[in-house]
Amino acid sequence: MFYREAGDFKTSYVEDSQTFPIRFDRWRYYAVVILAVAVVPFFINDYWANAVFVPFLIYAIAAIGLNILTGYCGQVSLGTGGFMAVGAYACYKLMTAFPDVSILIHVLLAGGITAGVGVLFGLPSLRIKGFYLAVATLAAQFFLVWLFNKVPWFYNYSASGQISAPERSVLGVAVTGASATASAKYLFCLAILFVLAWLARNLTRGTVGRKWMAIRDMDIAAEIIGVNPLTTKLSAFAVSSFFVGVAGALFFSVYLGAVEVGEAFGIQKSFLILFMIIIGGLGSIFGSFAGAAFLVLLPVLLKNVLVGQLGWATDLAAHVELMIVGALIVVFLIAEPHGMAQLWRLAKEKLRLWPFPH
Amino acid sequence: MKKTLTAIALALATAGPAMADLVVPNLSYRTGPFAAGGIPYADGFNDYFTLLNERDGGIGGEKVATPECETAYNTEKGVECYEATKGEGALVYNPLSTGITYQLIPKVTADGIPLYTPGYGRTSAANGKVFGNVFNYPANYWDGASVAIKYLLDENGGDLNGKKVALLYHNSAYGKEPIRTLQELSKKHGFELTEIPVDSPGQEQKSQWLQIRRDKPDYVLFWGWGVMNAVAIQEAANIRFPMDHFIGVWWSGSENDVLPAGDGANGYKSLAMHGTGMDYPVYDELKQYVYDAGKASGAGDQIGSVLYSRGMYAALVISEAIRKAQDLAGHAAITPSELRDGFEALEITQERMVELGLPNFGQAFAASCEDHGGPGMAMIQQWDASTKKWNLITDFIAPDDEVLVPLVMEDSAAFAAENNIAERCN
Repeated sequence: MFYREAGDFKTSYVEDSQTFPIRFDRWRYYAVVILAVAVVPFFINDYWANAVFVPFLIYAIAAIGLNILTGYCGQVSLGTGGFMAVGAYACYKLMTAFPDVSILIHVLLAGGITAGVGVLFGLPSLRIKGFYLAVATLAAQFFLVWLFNKVPWFYNYSASGQISAPERSVLGVAVTGASATASAKYLFCLAILFVLAWLARNLTRGTVGRKWMAIRDMDIAAEIIGVNPLTTKLSAFAVSSFFVGVAGALFFSVYLGAVEVGEAFGIQKSFLILFMIIIGGLGSIFGSFAGAAFLVLLPVLLKNVLVGQLGWATDLAAHVELMIVGALIVVFLIAEPHGMAQLWRLAKEKLRLWPFPH
Repeated sequence: MKKTLTAIALALATAGPAMADLVVPNLSYRTGPFAAGGIPYADGFNDYFTLLNERDGGIGGEKVATPECETAYNTEKGVECYEATKGEGALVYNPLSTGITYQLIPKVTADGIPLYTPGYGRTSAANGKVFGNVFNYPANYWDGASVAIKYLLDENGGDLNGKKVALLYHNSAYGKEPIRTLQELSKKHGFELTEIPVDSPGQEQKSQWLQIRRDKPDYVLFWGWGVMNAVAIQEAANIRFPMDHFIGVWWSGSENDVLPAGDGANGYKSLAMHGTGMDYPVYDELKQYVYDAGKASGAGDQIGSVLYSRGMYAALVISEAIRKAQDLAGHAAITPSELRDGFEALEITQERMVELGLPNFGQAFAASCEDHGGPGMAMIQQWDASTKKWNLITDFIAPDDEVLVPLVMEDSAAFAAENNIAERCN
């Protein structure tokens, strides 16, 4: 009834090609943005920021990054954890080397450094595909973790090999370190996610994104119609790694504050983010958000319900939580193999016809 | 949709049990590869506070609540647990994880909550001038490393020149902690140190033990935790490494670590910072008020084990600090910052340990504004596979402060410089 194209006339090309062509969608989007920017920061406390929102926002950035590479360009990567580690350690080295520079610049530079590393490890993708590429990126994962463990320069020769984020600020407001307020951390991550998601959305529907998708769908055909596989694949690696690097930098500096490479950026992180985009939906920005939300929020929710509300023993709850999350993943993938984004698309199709489906 | 969202929001927001008067959160791990260590520790911790509640009606008339939160030794879950329990009025944290400790140090400092990390965590937190809110008495990793070397010196007539010592360690903040101390000690005593890392969780150690077999070190020092301990001891037995030349830190010396290797583990040694077993009067009361009353934490099958004793010891020190804080503040319902003062003024004497029903269980110590680390003494215990018992083979050995104090000062000064901390206690 409300969700329809009819009556929403477009009079210019700009209007015609906007991200949300349906008025209802547009309003919903504005409402979410206003809620996130203008309402949540006033109500957020330490628990909500550190246990729910900040990890969700950061994982969403990483998931968008991996989705660009795997979902849009079709290059399977298991090196996400390693690339996040590059972002984190680059950010740490920059933070400690240039303490007076804004943390925003450090985070973006860390993303840039990760993009460079990503391109380097993306080079084999020109020769190998599919599972073989997955193994090559797996090598990147193990190599990078080993490197940050082995070379003391990366952790400034600290006794324990841990890196700890000192207090740094943006425009005079502390966003890292212990005295950063919940709303400052939240808004900092939200702003970066907003800009990056915007960028990703517009990249993927422009020339660059169409080239990526051409390579994904059939690389030989893409080459014949004039898509250069070298630049296309490497640009996907670069952009994807930039996103992942920014996520890694935020993960270390804003979210955790102290990180140990093997524990925080191990292979399980690569799989976690891969699961996020598979459950959320490959080749979809919304899917990255949905997948990140599913895998970050659901365990916290289950834990609070089982332990907090029902008063179960913590170990029993932890085991049951694993089982429920695992079962839900299987159920979701059987019900909709294209992920939550596809469910969302179907729901929208139905909404268009509602309440008269025939 | 809206209804479910509100329900979800409500469920996310309401964490933990009802408010109690004194909240001492137990960030435990009963799942994952480190559960073998986490379960007995958490049980001992809970049971001691249950004893105080049941026998004395709490501390100073205030009941103690120990809301448990599962971290699985994972730093992300650790943060979640910290934030969730902080809202309930947590008085002190004891996360039993060096990684989580590193994360919490800046947070507790900002929130004014004390952090108590006996035998683990950041070693240089022993310097109270820099780390105002962190306490790691009675002993820390560097003390442990030094005590182990001192013991080896004793064994070798005071001379380790030309000996080869290998350090087999968990490749994490925890395992890397002793390296710097051991390097200094190897310079001082002239032994040759080889560092052999094992990646977490450490179920696969074939290549490391192959290296040990090839290098033939005279002694292997061992910094392992969780499933890694049992694997290492089994591998050592497999290559027939002389077990009495294999010495673990106090986290690598529990029953769970040696039992799987059977007779092969006979003679394995480890450090011990407290006594173990059930030959203490306190167990009579625990039996009466806790075990027989059906109030034991967990499955109740860990009682008297090494790590159970350690959890109990941590709970004991915390409860004594609460008592001290109540004395100082003059009222029973203390705040975290009053408890911090209690920790700093805490003194535990042997007489007090006797009163508490644990004679000769732990060392006497006294904290001060500068000293948050205690004397750092430890004993050596040895496993007897035939009786399945740990036997103490030395008395308390004091660490080599000549080497350790400058290292602690150096590391804490680096932390102070990085975080712009002004020295206290001046």
